[in-house]
Amino acid sequence: MSEQAQPFELPYPAIDPLECKACGRCIAACPKKVIALGTKLNARGYVFAEYAGAGCIGCLNCFYVCPEPNAIAVHVKAKEAK
Amino acid sequence: MEKVIETRGLYKTFPRKGGSALTATHYCPGCEHGVLHKLIGEALADMELQDRTVVISPVGCAVFAYYYFDAGNVQVPHGRAAAVGTGISRTKNNAVVVAYQGDGDLASIGLNETLQAANRGEKIAVFFVNNTVYGMTGGQMAPTTLVGEKTETSPDGRDPLQTGYPLHMAELISQLQAPVYVARVSFSNMAKLKQARQAIRKALEIQRDGKGYAFVEVLMACPTNQKMNVEAATRFVAEQMEKEFPLGILRDRSADVRPLVRAESDYRKETLDRLLHLDTDRAPDAQLDRAAPTLQLKMAGFGGQGVLSMGVILARAACAAGKFTSWYPSYGPEQRGGTANCGVVISGQPVGTPMVTEADVLVAMNRPSLEKFAGEVKPGGWLLYAAEIGEFAAPAGVRTLAVPALDLAKEGGNPRAANVAMVGVLAGLDGFGLPDAAYREALAANFAGKAKIVAQNEAVFALAKRWGEAHRA
Amino acid sequence: MATQLVKGNTAVIVGALYAGCDSFFGYPITPASEILHEAAKLFPPAGRRMVQAESEEAAINMVYGAATTGRRAMTASSGPGISLKQEGVSYLSGAQLPAVIVDVMRAGPGLGNIGPEQGDYNQVVKGGGHGNYRTIVLAPASVQEMCDFTFKAFELASKWRMVVYVLADGVLGQMIEPLRFPETSVAPETDKSWAVDGTAATRPNVVTSIFLNFDQQEAFNHELQAKYAAVAAAEQASESYRMDDADVALVAYGISARIAQGAVDAARQEGFKVGLFRPQTLFPFPQDALNAFVARGGKQLICVEMSNGQMRDDVKLAIECRCPVHLVYRLGGNLVTRDEILAKIRATAQKA
Repeated sequence: MSEQAQPFELPYPAIDPLECKACGRCIAACPKKVIALGTKLNARGYVFAEYAGAGCIGCLNCFYVCPEPNAIAVHVKAKEAK
Repeated sequence: MEKVIETRGLYKTFPRKGGSALTATHYCPGCEHGVLHKLIGEALADMELQDRTVVISPVGCAVFAYYYFDAGNVQVPHGRAAAVGTGISRTKNNAVVVAYQGDGDLASIGLNETLQAANRGEKIAVFFVNNTVYGMTGGQMAPTTLVGEKTETSPDGRDPLQTGYPLHMAELISQLQAPVYVARVSFSNMAKLKQARQAIRKALEIQRDGKGYAFVEVLMACPTNQKMNVEAATRFVAEQMEKEFPLGILRDRSADVRPLVRAESDYRKETLDRLLHLDTDRAPDAQLDRAAPTLQLKMAGFGGQGVLSMGVILARAACAAGKFTSWYPSYGPEQRGGTANCGVVISGQPVGTPMVTEADVLVAMNRPSLEKFAGEVKPGGWLLYAAEIGEFAAPAGVRTLAVPALDLAKEGGNPRAANVAMVGVLAGLDGFGLPDAAYREALAANFAGKAKIVAQNEAVFALAKRWGEAHRA
Repeated sequence: MATQLVKGNTAVIVGALYAGCDSFFGYPITPASEILHEAAKLFPPAGRRMVQAESEEAAINMVYGAATTGRRAMTASSGPGISLKQEGVSYLSGAQLPAVIVDVMRAGPGLGNIGPEQGDYNQVVKGGGHGNYRTIVLAPASVQEMCDFTFKAFELASKWRMVVYVLADGVLGQMIEPLRFPETSVAPETDKSWAVDGTAATRPNVVTSIFLNFDQQEAFNHELQAKYAAVAAAEQASESYRMDDADVALVAYGISARIAQGAVDAARQEGFKVGLFRPQTLFPFPQDALNAFVARGGKQLICVEMSNGQMRDDVKLAIECRCPVHLVYRLGGNLVTRDEILAKIRATAQKA
């Protein structure tokens, strides 16, 4: 996981740059269009997806469509959790 | 307060996978196996089923599902998940069995196992990934490949005149009576993904409650073999696959079904002894007596004349008398209507070959048997044949006797007991070292539970024995 | 002690029940079907499970599933069915699962007929599936041994985590003899160190036969070979009849051995110093005892088989061809006769 404790305001998707395979499913599923492929390569050679830093509504779409078990976790306010 | 929504039910790292990327799956980018893994894992974790669960990894791209699921895991031969699942579920009543299979595995090489396990209503949740193509082996046609779809083995597109039509597994299975739940889902948009999530949970709830068979077909594309990016893959699922394979819940009997509980094994010796009737049906151990002659008897006739049971009665009598004995029949279709014969050996020492080729006694109940086997009787041996056969030129040196076995049986009160009459005649003629009580015990044991027949046979035996005694000379 | 007159195929199920077999999965085939019938009759009232599988493949894979849970499981068939089960046997061996298979051999190849034969020797003893695996093979020669060896098969399967065959033939399956029943019954314990049985204790376990890494796969294969060598050292079993002073030994297993025993007696009466060596295990082949015969000056061997010398190959290997190994055989459902064996003895041996 990202080395920063809480880099963004809740809610937000924590995308692990190492685990992203750059398939783009989260990008397509995000209703707010706040995820996009970045420009940097990760250690496994993928141009990983990045969160824009703001605008997440905690819908969890990106989490559920992401095929990599360790690539996305969504941080939400406790009361918003299902 | 913060809450983190993350993957559950799967391992955090995947050491079984080996290599450098121990936190990544082996699946290609954009492949939705990982999505399905996450949904199953989440449901298992939410329902606290991981300690009860055995996940079956198939052959195909999901062959390594056991890298990921934090539960008991077993990897199985191609297409056999439903059979292996049957074995697990039958032996472990409380196990939650999850079979994870692709279209080649489940619908092609394993179609028989799939349908039969479904038809037996095995307690298995089957997750069937239908992506219309073989993934692991490199993009060959699957039973579910769409008409016109190009694969490595349908390079011009699937031609139904040559290769038939896409197989509709959910519909096939929902034709059967036993399955509790059958659904087809996809992940082609978020609403459908949520329905899929519910279907997966339902299938696992049915396992949690031990209610029976659940089948969830999950439509996916294979971005690698179908050479699509995720947008194209999603469109392919939504616009082509879902048209051919309509989504929905085809069957849900879960509210009406009671849990199916399998018995627990009883290993107690007393139970087995009782089941095998050792209390009532037991003979003395055979006693070594090297001086006693070894007798070979052959019984032959039409199937239905009771020649096989005639031999069994003699072997039983020998057993009851503490002799070594064996009985060997001609077997198979020939005993269902054709001719039948059996050989019985009675000895004071362990029996060598159970085959009777040189008979001390031949009992022939019909002419073909008489003619076929008369030559096998040793000089000085007995040749008994049913009197109805009529004239017969006996071989020289053989004690030949036409026995009115049917008349004796009728007279004794059981016209069907000509075979018992022959046993009685044998006992009267010679006895072969077996006491009268042994014969009677054998007759009783052979028809155990049929008191009336036992009584009739006793009468036939007694009558026939007297007839035998009268014909000793 | 209790004795009952039972059929060979029934004796298999008696042995299985007392050995604590939990599950029977099978498919009908003559001359093995009575094993399935008896399981259907006797397993459920003992709380054991019996499923008539849709195919031989399904049956062996149900065994794979039941064995995965650490329970004792078995199937039974005859040649054509054993051919179909070979995939499962290879997987069972690759996953080191204990299982018992009874093969009541009939005549082949192809559909052949239902008469007795011993033509499955190679596919059972040498392993008919893919990969460098072995199975333990027990060869009964009586109804008593049909029971006792089935019982023993479960013990060996658990001890070595291997597939153990009971290799019988149509005669042994169909014949009836007095059977002394087992004096104990076994309540097997699940080995939680490797089993996967849907409990918390076995949740960390995986049963699999795949290693993608070549070196890992090779190392695993070496482990298997070491185990097979240990089995070969520990589990050889045979019976000798009038072998002490014999110049010539008949070598036969199963029903052929009982016929051969009669030939030994007849040949002795004619003045030939002949004995019978009866392997009770075919893998491991009881080569130590056979080599003792050669080492003390045994002159020749005559294999008596209902197969085309399949066992003779193992006899030659066992003694490294240090004496002539002759063959008397019949095929197609026919049994070798005592007189055929005698003729071979007269033709090859010298009177004492």
